[in-house]
Amino acid sequence: MSHSFDDISAQLKGRHRKSARLKWISMGSLGLAGLFLVLFFADMLSKGLPAFQQAQIQVEIDYNEDGQRMGRAALEPEVSRLVSRTFERLIPVRMRDNPELLGTIENRWVLADSEVDQYLKGHRHDLSESLQATVDALVEQGRAELKFNTTFFTNGDSKMAEAAGILAAALGTVMTMLVTLVIAFPIGVMTALYLEEFAPDNRLTQLIEININNLAAIPSILFGLLGLAIFINFFGVPRSSPLVGGMTLALMTLPVIIIATRTALRSVPDTIRHAAFGVGCSRWQVVRDHVLPLAMPGIMTGSIIGLAQAMGETAPLIIVGMVAFIPDVGVSFTNAATVLPAQIFTWAGQPERAFVEKTAGGILVLLAILIFLNASAVILRKKFERRW
Amino acid sequence: MNMHVAERRPAPMSPQESSRHETGQPVTRNPDAGHDLSIRIRDLSLWYGETQALDNLNIDIYQKNVTALIGPSGCGKSTFLRCLNRMNDLIPGVRLEGLVEMDGRDVNAAKMDEVALRRRVGMVFQKPNPFPKSIFENVAYAPRMHDLVSRKAEQEELVEHALREAGLWNEVKDKLHQPGTSLSGGQQQRLCIARAIAVQPDVILMDEPTSALDPISTATIEDLMDKLKQQFTIITVTHNMQQAARVADYTAFFHLGEIIEYNDTNTMFSNPHIKKTEDYITGRYG
Repeated sequence: MSHSFDDISAQLKGRHRKSARLKWISMGSLGLAGLFLVLFFADMLSKGLPAFQQAQIQVEIDYNEDGQRMGRAALEPEVSRLVSRTFERLIPVRMRDNPELLGTIENRWVLADSEVDQYLKGHRHDLSESLQATVDALVEQGRAELKFNTTFFTNGDSKMAEAAGILAAALGTVMTMLVTLVIAFPIGVMTALYLEEFAPDNRLTQLIEININNLAAIPSILFGLLGLAIFINFFGVPRSSPLVGGMTLALMTLPVIIIATRTALRSVPDTIRHAAFGVGCSRWQVVRDHVLPLAMPGIMTGSIIGLAQAMGETAPLIIVGMVAFIPDVGVSFTNAATVLPAQIFTWAGQPERAFVEKTAGGILVLLAILIFLNASAVILRKKFERRW
Repeated sequence: MNMHVAERRPAPMSPQESSRHETGQPVTRNPDAGHDLSIRIRDLSLWYGETQALDNLNIDIYQKNVTALIGPSGCGKSTFLRCLNRMNDLIPGVRLEGLVEMDGRDVNAAKMDEVALRRRVGMVFQKPNPFPKSIFENVAYAPRMHDLVSRKAEQEELVEHALREAGLWNEVKDKLHQPGTSLSGGQQQRLCIARAIAVQPDVILMDEPTSALDPISTATIEDLMDKLKQQFTIITVTHNMQQAARVADYTAFFHLGEIIEYNDTNTMFSNPHIKKTEDYITGRYG
């Protein structure tokens, strides 16, 4: 018995409806994800962008006798309460270092107190009526304004919101990542090479393989505990240092790099290996001269993504003490340091309103770095991708 | 014609011995060629895990000739070919018994270095597989690795020589630094042949070298084989009986892991001794 086209079409209607429905649902979920992303970015940008501006005041500094003991005495009384206390404290130091300053007068722009900053940005503030009037007058005279916040990029952390910067944390991140890379990359790549190219396929290697895959799924805070127990308590690596943080994150990144490398190695076609064996390459020559160069782009992308993951990690670093207050910008692998996400975490816990925008500003910096890293991974993959 | 005949066991062959083994079927007739021996295979059996792929092969391969291995799919001819340069070592679970002897040495002996063996026994694969490097590098890589050449001028000379031998020089001399994969399929296969002969091996194994190529490229490769046999011993696996008839001096017919018949190609195709061979070459099965 044959069916006419109309019979079949009638039957198909329901199927077409179903696929259309599924299409709309999947498009809807994509739209929802996009919406959340836009909301998140809008919120971060609106909160974080003001952090890149900071109120400054033009003051006249009178390097007099009293200023040598108390910085405030060197400033005009009506503006002295509007200037950041970090600058007041700097005046005696400057006078001690440069004795010829005594008796001179200097006119310069200095950091304003965070309350002034918040007042000028129209946020909630604690300035009294009279101080508000003073600030308004200064703005009239062109002696107070919002300028680009270089302090944010050149300072370490500070208890004074206006002087708090992200450089110490950024350097901490760089050093920690360096340690992670130096440890995790060679070990990860060599492990993957052994498992993929040299190891026999037996119970032991299968067990190792399963465990590596499990390792990738372990909550990161456990790696922090491991770092604390092994690296700090057993091996005596200095607490809070980029060294211990980097080692801990290396443990976490290792399975990611191993898995990425194995995938990259597996994608190299066997015909290339056979060709190399056929001309009399030893196993190591096959790997070094033929397999590894072809797998490199994949290995690099995997490693960059693994590093980017580690860079955003906070939990294990809290355990090894890298959530520290680091006011000094310095480069050392063994001194206490902090990293970007830990700095953000610290600022998020501060009660002052001015730290809210620092937090958001820090998130923007971290996001920018992560987007840069992931984009470079994609570009690297596209650029060196080879087809056979 | 005086035939050397192999018993299933014991291995050594002599004209006096019977040409029939236990089942009454002749296994191998090694033609008396008047050629020098290149590779001697005795009682060679091979298992992939539990599955036996080669069953008690006895065959002599002669120098500076083309020997074709024919037979239906899965008959073990490629597996046999890979025994000759120990490429089967790369496959886990392969077990091998018997003797593969070259230059008086057992190639499967513990003392034999498979790298040294592959230096003397080159291979060309079914699918052209040039390295994803330049044409120059494809040819120069292996000789440099084996320390046959070092200086740039020596390398250039050797690359030109090998490419000329492979009949590819005129087509690629102006683009030696382009990737080998940019060539056409037939050119790629000739590049692979140039790569194999660049290390001056004694034997070149070819595993269905033309099965992925068009008829014109196939003809080119066949001509090339005819030319190269003056210098090299060539053993080729082919699905194509006409090809075997065209290029081979000797032909071995494989079936279900056994060598059914081995003889010089003319005799094999005009006057096969075994019914099964005749059925296969006349197209009754396979």
